[in-house]
Amino acid sequence: MSKVEPFQAHHFDDVEQQHEASWLGMWVFLATEVMFFGGMFAGYFVYRHWYLQAFAAASNQLDVLLGGINTAVLICSSFTMALAVHSAETNKRKALIIFLVLTIVLGTVFLGIKFFEYHSKFEEHLVPGSAFAFPGPFERQAEIFFSFYFAMTGMHAVHMIIGIGLLTTLVLKAKRGRFSAAYHTPVELTGLYWHFVDIVWIFLFPLLYLLGRHL
Amino acid sequence: MKSEPHVSIRTYALVFLALLVLTGLTTAIAFLDLGGNINTMFALAIAVCKALLVILYFMHVRYSDKLTWVFAAAGFFWLLILIGGTMDDVLTRPQLSPSTASVPAQDYPR
Repeated sequence: MSKVEPFQAHHFDDVEQQHEASWLGMWVFLATEVMFFGGMFAGYFVYRHWYLQAFAAASNQLDVLLGGINTAVLICSSFTMALAVHSAETNKRKALIIFLVLTIVLGTVFLGIKFFEYHSKFEEHLVPGSAFAFPGPFERQAEIFFSFYFAMTGMHAVHMIIGIGLLTTLVLKAKRGRFSAAYHTPVELTGLYWHFVDIVWIFLFPLLYLLGRHL
Repeated sequence: MKSEPHVSIRTYALVFLALLVLTGLTTAIAFLDLGGNINTMFALAIAVCKALLVILYFMHVRYSDKLTWVFAAAGFFWLLILIGGTMDDVLTRPQLSPSTASVPAQDYPR
Protein backbone atom coordinates (compact mmCIF):
# COMPACT_ATOMS: atom_id res chain seq x y z
CA MET A 1 0.00 0.00 0.00
CA SER A 2 1.23 3.44 -0.89
CA LYS A 3 2.01 6.19 1.57
CA VAL A 4 -1.11 7.80 3.05
CA GLU A 5 -1.27 11.48 2.03
CA PRO A 6 -3.00 14.02 4.29
CA PHE A 7 -5.62 14.69 1.60
CA GLN A 8 -6.56 11.03 1.24
CA ALA A 9 -9.96 10.14 2.69
CA HIS A 10 -9.95 6.99 4.83
CA HIS A 11 -12.44 5.07 2.67
CA PHE A 12 -10.11 4.98 -0.34
CA ASP A 13 -7.27 2.51 -0.78
CA ASP A 14 -4.97 5.11 -2.29
CA VAL A 15 -4.98 8.60 -3.78
CA GLU A 16 -5.25 7.25 -7.31
CA GLN A 17 -8.48 5.45 -6.48
CA GLN A 18 -9.74 8.56 -4.74
CA HIS A 19 -8.96 10.67 -7.80
CA GLU A 20 -10.59 8.21 -10.21
CA ALA A 21 -13.77 8.09 -8.11
CA SER A 22 -14.04 11.89 -8.14
CA TRP A 23 -13.20 12.14 -11.84
CA LEU A 24 -15.75 9.53 -12.96
CA GLY A 25 -18.36 10.88 -10.54
CA MET A 26 -18.02 14.29 -12.18
CA TRP A 27 -18.50 12.74 -15.62
CA VAL A 28 -21.68 11.00 -14.42
CA PHE A 29 -22.94 14.36 -13.14
CA LEU A 30 -22.11 15.98 -16.48
CA ALA A 31 -24.04 13.22 -18.29
CA THR A 32 -27.12 14.17 -16.23
CA GLU A 33 -26.47 17.78 -17.21
CA VAL A 34 -26.39 16.77 -20.89
CA MET A 35 -29.83 15.20 -20.34
CA PHE A 36 -31.08 18.30 -18.52
CA PHE A 37 -30.15 20.69 -21.31
CA GLY A 38 -30.95 18.01 -23.91
CA GLY A 39 -34.65 18.13 -23.05
CA MET A 40 -34.73 21.84 -23.84
CA PHE A 41 -32.77 21.33 -27.05
CA ALA A 42 -35.18 18.58 -28.17
CA GLY A 43 -38.15 20.87 -27.51
CA TYR A 44 -36.43 23.65 -29.41
CA PHE A 45 -35.86 21.40 -32.46
CA VAL A 46 -39.53 20.34 -32.56
CA TYR A 47 -40.93 23.88 -32.42
CA ARG A 48 -38.27 25.16 -34.77
CA HIS A 49 -39.40 22.54 -37.28
CA TRP A 50 -43.07 23.51 -36.88
CA TYR A 51 -42.66 27.30 -36.74
CA LEU A 52 -39.54 27.82 -38.84
CA GLN A 53 -40.57 31.19 -40.30
CA ALA A 54 -41.55 32.66 -36.96
CA PHE A 55 -38.39 31.27 -35.32
CA ALA A 56 -36.20 32.80 -38.04
CA ALA A 57 -37.92 36.19 -37.72
CA ALA A 58 -37.71 36.09 -33.92
CA SER A 59 -34.06 34.98 -34.03
CA ASN A 60 -33.26 38.07 -36.10
CA GLN A 61 -34.28 40.22 -33.12
CA LEU A 62 -31.26 38.94 -31.18
CA ASP A 63 -27.97 40.83 -31.35
CA VAL A 64 -25.46 38.68 -33.27
CA LEU A 65 -22.58 40.99 -32.37
CA LEU A 66 -23.23 40.72 -28.61
CA GLY A 67 -23.86 36.97 -28.92
CA GLY A 68 -20.63 36.55 -30.88
CA ILE A 69 -18.63 38.62 -28.39
CA ASN A 70 -20.06 36.53 -25.56
CA THR A 71 -19.08 33.33 -27.39
CA ALA A 72 -15.52 34.63 -27.69
CA VAL A 73 -15.53 35.70 -24.02
CA LEU A 74 -16.61 32.21 -22.93
CA ILE A 75 -13.98 30.54 -25.12
CA CYS A 76 -11.35 32.82 -23.56
CA SER A 77 -12.61 31.84 -20.10
CA SER A 78 -12.33 28.14 -20.99
CA PHE A 79 -8.74 28.81 -22.11
CA THR A 80 -7.88 30.56 -18.82
CA MET A 81 -9.58 27.69 -16.92
CA ALA A 82 -7.46 25.15 -18.83
CA LEU A 83 -4.37 27.20 -17.95
CA ALA A 84 -5.46 27.27 -14.30
CA VAL A 85 -5.58 23.46 -14.25
CA HIS A 86 -2.20 23.41 -15.99
CA SER A 87 -0.78 25.74 -13.31
CA ALA A 88 -2.07 23.44 -10.57
CA GLU A 89 -0.55 20.42 -12.31
CA THR A 90 2.82 22.16 -12.48
CA ASN A 91 2.65 23.44 -8.87
CA LYS A 92 2.48 27.13 -9.81
CA ARG A 93 0.31 28.59 -7.09
CA LYS A 94 0.52 32.23 -8.14
CA ALA A 95 -0.36 31.43 -11.75
CA LEU A 96 -3.20 29.21 -10.55
CA ILE A 97 -4.75 32.09 -8.59
CA ILE A 98 -4.25 34.54 -11.48
CA PHE A 99 -5.91 32.23 -14.02
CA LEU A 100 -8.80 31.41 -11.67
CA VAL A 101 -9.44 35.12 -11.11
CA LEU A 102 -9.22 35.78 -14.87
CA THR A 103 -11.81 33.04 -15.45
CA ILE A 104 -14.10 34.65 -12.87
CA VAL A 105 -13.64 38.06 -14.53
CA LEU A 106 -14.46 36.68 -18.00
CA GLY A 107 -17.48 34.81 -16.64
CA THR A 108 -18.70 38.05 -15.05
CA VAL A 109 -18.20 39.93 -18.34
CA PHE A 110 -20.34 37.27 -20.04
CA LEU A 111 -23.11 37.71 -17.46
CA GLY A 112 -22.88 41.51 -17.73
CA ILE A 113 -23.39 41.38 -21.51
CA LYS A 114 -26.23 38.89 -20.99
CA PHE A 115 -27.87 41.23 -18.48
CA PHE A 116 -27.62 44.07 -21.01
CA GLU A 117 -29.23 41.86 -23.68
CA TYR A 118 -32.05 40.79 -21.34
CA HIS A 119 -32.63 44.42 -20.41
CA SER A 120 -33.10 45.48 -24.03
CA LYS A 121 -35.45 42.52 -24.63
CA PHE A 122 -37.62 43.81 -21.79
CA GLU A 123 -37.65 47.27 -23.35
CA GLU A 124 -38.52 45.83 -26.78
CA HIS A 125 -41.48 43.84 -25.37
CA LEU A 126 -39.85 40.57 -26.38
CA VAL A 127 -40.21 38.88 -22.98
CA PRO A 128 -43.01 36.26 -23.10
CA GLY A 129 -46.05 37.34 -21.12
CA SER A 130 -48.88 39.83 -21.33
CA ALA A 131 -46.60 42.64 -22.55
CA PHE A 132 -45.15 40.56 -25.41
CA ALA A 133 -45.49 42.21 -28.82
CA PHE A 134 -44.05 41.05 -32.12
CA PRO A 135 -44.83 42.61 -35.50
CA GLY A 136 -46.03 40.34 -38.30
CA PRO A 137 -48.47 37.46 -38.52
CA PHE A 138 -46.71 35.04 -36.15
CA GLU A 139 -46.75 36.83 -32.82
CA ARG A 140 -47.66 33.80 -30.66
CA GLN A 141 -45.18 31.53 -32.41
CA ALA A 142 -42.44 34.14 -31.94
CA GLU A 143 -43.38 34.18 -28.25
CA ILE A 144 -42.54 30.47 -28.12
CA PHE A 145 -39.11 31.20 -29.59
CA PHE A 146 -38.47 33.76 -26.86
CA SER A 147 -39.71 31.31 -24.22
CA PHE A 148 -37.00 28.90 -25.40
CA TYR A 149 -34.48 31.75 -25.59
CA PHE A 150 -35.06 32.82 -21.99
CA ALA A 151 -35.35 29.29 -20.60
CA MET A 152 -32.17 28.05 -22.27
CA THR A 153 -29.96 31.13 -21.85
CA GLY A 154 -31.42 31.60 -18.36
CA MET A 155 -30.50 28.07 -17.24
CA HIS A 156 -27.11 28.57 -18.87
CA ALA A 157 -26.63 31.81 -16.91
CA VAL A 158 -27.60 30.04 -13.65
CA HIS A 159 -24.87 27.49 -14.39
CA MET A 160 -22.39 30.33 -14.98
CA ILE A 161 -23.30 31.91 -11.62
CA ILE A 162 -22.80 28.56 -9.86
CA GLY A 163 -19.49 28.17 -11.70
CA ILE A 164 -18.31 31.60 -10.55
CA GLY A 165 -19.22 30.60 -6.98
CA LEU A 166 -17.17 27.40 -7.29
CA LEU A 167 -14.22 29.32 -8.76
CA THR A 168 -14.35 31.82 -5.90
CA THR A 169 -14.01 29.05 -3.31
CA LEU A 170 -11.10 27.64 -5.36
CA VAL A 171 -9.31 31.01 -5.22
CA LEU A 172 -9.73 31.12 -1.44
CA LYS A 173 -8.46 27.55 -1.07
CA ALA A 174 -5.58 28.16 -3.48
CA LYS A 175 -4.54 31.20 -1.41
CA ARG A 176 -4.33 28.94 1.62
CA GLY A 177 -2.08 26.63 -0.37
CA ARG A 178 -4.51 23.72 -0.44
CA PHE A 179 -3.62 22.62 -3.98
CA SER A 180 -0.47 21.07 -5.35
CA ALA A 181 0.69 18.97 -8.29
CA ALA A 182 -0.17 15.90 -6.18
CA TYR A 183 -3.64 17.10 -5.18
CA HIS A 184 -5.80 19.53 -7.18
CA THR A 185 -8.91 17.44 -7.89
CA PRO A 186 -11.35 20.30 -7.09
CA VAL A 187 -9.58 22.54 -9.63
CA GLU A 188 -9.71 19.79 -12.25
CA LEU A 189 -13.41 18.99 -11.67
CA THR A 190 -14.49 22.64 -11.59
CA GLY A 191 -12.63 22.92 -14.90
CA LEU A 192 -14.73 20.08 -16.33
CA TYR A 193 -17.90 21.84 -15.18
CA TRP A 194 -16.80 25.17 -16.63
CA HIS A 195 -15.92 23.62 -20.00
CA PHE A 196 -19.28 21.83 -20.07
CA VAL A 197 -21.10 25.13 -19.58
CA ASP A 198 -18.99 26.52 -22.43
CA ILE A 199 -20.10 23.62 -24.66
CA VAL A 200 -23.78 24.37 -23.93
CA TRP A 201 -23.22 27.92 -25.15
CA ILE A 202 -21.34 26.65 -28.23
CA PHE A 203 -24.66 25.06 -29.28
CA LEU A 204 -26.94 27.86 -28.03
CA PHE A 205 -25.16 30.55 -30.02
CA PRO A 206 -25.77 29.17 -33.55
CA LEU A 207 -29.22 27.75 -32.74
CA LEU A 208 -30.62 30.91 -31.15
CA TYR A 209 -28.68 33.79 -32.70
CA LEU A 210 -27.72 32.59 -36.20
CA LEU A 211 -30.86 30.72 -37.24
CA GLY A 212 -32.53 33.38 -39.41
CA ARG A 213 -29.62 35.50 -40.59
CA HIS A 214 -29.69 34.56 -44.29
CA LEU A 215 -33.45 34.98 -44.69
CA MET B 1 -0.90 10.17 -9.32
CA LYS B 2 -0.04 12.15 -12.43
CA SER B 3 3.29 13.89 -12.08
CA GLU B 4 3.26 15.92 -15.29
CA PRO B 5 0.56 18.01 -16.97
CA HIS B 6 -1.87 16.36 -19.37
CA VAL B 7 -1.60 18.90 -22.15
CA SER B 8 1.04 21.45 -23.12
CA ILE B 9 0.27 25.17 -23.14
CA ARG B 10 1.03 25.15 -26.86
CA THR B 11 -1.77 22.61 -27.48
CA TYR B 12 -4.18 24.63 -25.32
CA ALA B 13 -3.33 27.77 -27.30
CA LEU B 14 -3.86 26.02 -30.66
CA VAL B 15 -7.24 24.65 -29.53
CA PHE B 16 -8.16 28.11 -28.24
CA LEU B 17 -7.32 29.69 -31.62
CA ALA B 18 -9.22 26.97 -33.51
CA LEU B 19 -12.30 27.63 -31.35
CA LEU B 20 -12.18 31.36 -32.11
CA VAL B 21 -11.71 30.74 -35.85
CA LEU B 22 -14.63 28.29 -35.92
CA THR B 23 -16.81 30.84 -34.09
CA GLY B 24 -16.02 33.40 -36.78
CA LEU B 25 -16.63 30.81 -39.50
CA THR B 26 -20.04 29.74 -38.18
CA THR B 27 -21.09 33.39 -37.90
CA ALA B 28 -19.94 34.16 -41.46
CA ILE B 29 -21.67 31.09 -42.92
CA ALA B 30 -24.92 32.05 -41.16
CA PHE B 31 -25.10 35.19 -43.30
CA LEU B 32 -24.79 33.23 -46.57
CA ASP B 33 -27.95 31.79 -48.05
CA LEU B 34 -27.17 28.14 -48.74
CA GLY B 35 -30.73 26.95 -48.29
CA GLY B 36 -32.15 26.60 -44.78
CA ASN B 37 -31.20 22.99 -44.16
CA ILE B 38 -27.63 23.35 -45.39
CA ASN B 39 -27.14 26.42 -43.19
CA THR B 40 -28.40 24.41 -40.21
CA MET B 41 -26.16 21.46 -41.06
CA PHE B 42 -23.08 23.72 -41.23
CA ALA B 43 -24.00 25.42 -37.95
CA LEU B 44 -24.46 22.09 -36.15
CA ALA B 45 -21.39 20.48 -37.73
CA ILE B 46 -19.17 23.39 -36.63
CA ALA B 47 -20.73 23.35 -33.14
CA VAL B 48 -20.00 19.60 -32.85
CA CYS B 49 -16.37 20.19 -33.95
CA LYS B 50 -15.97 22.93 -31.32
CA ALA B 51 -17.54 20.74 -28.63
CA LEU B 52 -15.20 17.86 -29.56
CA LEU B 53 -12.15 20.14 -29.31
CA VAL B 54 -13.25 21.28 -25.84
CA ILE B 55 -14.02 17.73 -24.67
CA LEU B 56 -10.88 16.09 -26.07
CA TYR B 57 -8.32 18.75 -25.10
CA PHE B 58 -9.68 21.18 -22.48
CA MET B 59 -11.46 18.33 -20.65
CA HIS B 60 -8.51 15.94 -21.15
CA VAL B 61 -10.65 13.09 -22.48
CA ARG B 62 -8.14 12.41 -25.26
CA TYR B 63 -5.56 11.60 -22.59
CA SER B 64 -7.90 9.68 -20.30
CA ASP B 65 -8.61 5.98 -19.91
CA LYS B 66 -11.29 4.03 -21.77
CA LEU B 67 -13.69 4.19 -18.83
CA THR B 68 -13.75 8.00 -19.09
CA TRP B 69 -14.50 7.70 -22.82
CA VAL B 70 -17.48 5.48 -22.02
CA PHE B 71 -18.76 7.85 -19.32
CA ALA B 72 -18.35 10.90 -21.57
CA ALA B 73 -19.93 9.22 -24.58
CA ALA B 74 -22.90 7.84 -22.60
CA GLY B 75 -24.49 11.24 -22.03
CA PHE B 76 -24.24 12.17 -25.69
CA PHE B 77 -25.46 8.74 -26.79
CA TRP B 78 -28.66 9.17 -24.77
CA LEU B 79 -28.97 12.71 -26.08
CA LEU B 80 -28.88 11.27 -29.59
CA ILE B 81 -31.71 8.88 -28.71
CA LEU B 82 -33.71 11.70 -27.11
CA ILE B 83 -33.43 14.09 -30.07
CA GLY B 84 -33.30 11.39 -32.77
CA GLY B 85 -36.38 9.59 -31.43
CA THR B 86 -38.32 12.84 -31.06
CA MET B 87 -37.48 14.16 -34.52
CA ASP B 88 -38.10 10.72 -36.04
CA ASP B 89 -41.70 11.14 -34.91
CA VAL B 90 -42.11 14.81 -35.80
CA LEU B 91 -40.51 14.59 -39.25
CA THR B 92 -42.38 11.49 -40.42
CA ARG B 93 -45.89 12.47 -39.29
CA PRO B 94 -46.89 13.86 -42.73
CA GLN B 95 -46.11 10.50 -44.46
CA LEU B 96 -47.90 8.37 -41.89
CA SER B 97 -50.94 10.51 -41.23
CA PRO B 98 -51.63 13.16 -43.90
CA SER B 99 -54.27 14.82 -41.71
CA THR B 100 -51.55 15.94 -39.31
CA ALA B 101 -49.29 17.09 -42.13
CA SER B 102 -50.49 20.66 -42.26
CA VAL B 103 -48.46 22.70 -39.85
CA PRO B 104 -50.51 25.64 -38.58
CA ALA B 105 -50.05 28.20 -41.34
CA GLN B 106 -51.31 31.10 -39.30
CA ASP B 107 -50.76 32.10 -35.77
CA TYR B 108 -52.94 30.69 -33.03
CA PRO B 109 -54.96 32.96 -30.70
CA ARG B 110 -53.69 33.83 -27.26
